[in-house]
Amino acid sequence: MLFYVARRLAQAVPLVFVIILINFFLIHAAPGDPVFVLLGSMDTTPEFVERVRREFGLDQPLWVQFATYLGKILSLDLGYSLRFQEPVLGLILDRLPATLLLMGTALTVSSVVGILLGAIAARRPYSVTDHASTIVALAGYSMPVFWLGQIMLIVFALHLAWFPTQGMYSLRAPSEGWGRVMDIARHMVLPVITYSVYHLALVYRLTRVKMQETLALDFITTARAKGVPEGRVVFVHALRNAVLPVVTVIGLNFGFMLAGSVLTETVFAWPGMGRLLFDAIGARDYPVLMGLFTVLSLMVIIANVITDVIYAMVDPRVIYR
Amino acid sequence: MQASPLLRAEGLVTHLFTDSGRVRAVDGVSLEVRAGEAVALVGESGCGKSMTALSLMRLVRPPGRILEGVVEFEGTPLLPLSDAEMRRLRGGRLAMIFQDPMTYLNPLMRVGAQIVEAIVLHQKVSAQAARTIALEALERVRIPAAATVLDYFPHQLSGGMRQRVLIAMAISSRPSLLIADEPTTALDVTVQAQIMQLLAEVRRALGSALLLITHDFGLVAEYCDRVYVMYAGQIVEEGSVFDVFERPRHPYTRALLRSTLGPDKRVASFTTIEGQPPSLIAPPRGCRFHPRCPEAMARCASESPPRFGLGVGVAARCWLHAGDAPAGREVAHG
Repeated sequence: MLFYVARRLAQAVPLVFVIILINFFLIHAAPGDPVFVLLGSMDTTPEFVERVRREFGLDQPLWVQFATYLGKILSLDLGYSLRFQEPVLGLILDRLPATLLLMGTALTVSSVVGILLGAIAARRPYSVTDHASTIVALAGYSMPVFWLGQIMLIVFALHLAWFPTQGMYSLRAPSEGWGRVMDIARHMVLPVITYSVYHLALVYRLTRVKMQETLALDFITTARAKGVPEGRVVFVHALRNAVLPVVTVIGLNFGFMLAGSVLTETVFAWPGMGRLLFDAIGARDYPVLMGLFTVLSLMVIIANVITDVIYAMVDPRVIYR
Repeated sequence: MQASPLLRAEGLVTHLFTDSGRVRAVDGVSLEVRAGEAVALVGESGCGKSMTALSLMRLVRPPGRILEGVVEFEGTPLLPLSDAEMRRLRGGRLAMIFQDPMTYLNPLMRVGAQIVEAIVLHQKVSAQAARTIALEALERVRIPAAATVLDYFPHQLSGGMRQRVLIAMAISSRPSLLIADEPTTALDVTVQAQIMQLLAEVRRALGSALLLITHDFGLVAEYCDRVYVMYAGQIVEEGSVFDVFERPRHPYTRALLRSTLGPDKRVASFTTIEGQPPSLIAPPRGCRFHPRCPEAMARCASESPPRFGLGVGVAARCWLHAGDAPAGREVAHG
């Protein structure tokens, strides 16, 4: 098992290299010149522009810039933000916990709730409840995140004032202990719901279909024939089998959820990486963008390795080689 | 007439309500199995014999539904039982094994855990004791290195071994009746014989009765005491194996026996039954076999023949016997 994990990690290394390469050239292929962003709207002479360009190494050939960049990444130096004038790594690490907290909660809530609802719906296929929940799920599945976020804000934060409108904590709330935990939890409710809806709908729909397929399989008949109660048939015999493909999809969806963090965090002014990414795009802050892409890609790769490992733990037919 | 049978079904009707129509899979089936006896239910694929077995276990799932009839097991009517009461019987006194051992075991559960689960449901024993009973059951079905196999997953076993595991699971609580639905169809011929031998052996050791669902008259001759022949959702003939083989009363049974290739037969005498088995959505009027029957008479096309009792435990649903029945029409069981 350990060897299996090590092998999956080793396979990820070349992938990381390729991703860094693609990130780098993708950003450089994009239109716009970082120097002008750096200089802002101030009047400059062409000589001054050239000088700034030279100082930041932006006049070097691309492959030289890339080699420098790769070397820096390996020494954990993601560069210096053009906008914040701070090390990129520090900027990202500052915001990583906020994003992980929000995403982790949303991923857990939506996966668990989605799987449970899907399993329950599959027990009575084509009933009124089943049709109703399918329509609701379809709505959730097709709702734009930014729109849903705004509606949530207007209804629950502005009109009903049940939850705060933005940010991660209130200034007046206690800065430590239980009070702080509760304060953050209150701030998390709306973004977590907004974040979860799409993913929950996806997991629900997939689980429902897979459960229906699994409940029609022969070994379910065996379980019933030996007198296993229906609840145990559904949640022990069927669910574990049905959930295998769902695990894969949840893992794959990790990447989409990260991308989704840009929208959710921007709508709710959540101080996470998605917000940082949004700001960095606006400011053409190349080092921050590239740093974020690298870190985000690493997270997706790690998530996929974790998915593979979970899959191997659930399904004994996967051979650890 | 002996004491009340172990299992008795009377006028059992199970239909499947599919999109293309109502499938009359089981249409008034009556049969009985006495304690310790081996009974065969024989018929072509799609004649409703598996659905009969599932109905006896009350394992019919939508779109299928048991519509009427009586099923009595050890004197208890099963159809009025609550789901919980029915579950106590299933896998306990009344067990079933199935056709394809490759798909009837949960791929994610260890073999031992699957057997232990059945034992814990029916016997008041600790998990440790259940494991010992599971081990005994595996040894009884002659699985080599049974203690190791307990920790195997199904994919690590061959088809024959998996069928043994399923049998071990079914007999772990010493059932008085084991229903076996084509237990050897999916296996190699050599393994088939082993499994059938094993079933006979286990049955002797535990004193269980066997209801064997099969299309193979060879198995019936070798391993069963009595036989029911099923055609298009109905029992068309019943009798002792000896009787039915020596003097088949129903033209369908005769045709079925002629189309079986035995070691004592030459290929030249092998025949097939003309035509196709009828649709169970719209079965033929009158006798359901009449369109394929070489001996069909005029009334066969219009009137459905009743069950004519032709002696102790012998009956046929065929107009040819309208004059032979000692007590007229519809003779009771016995």
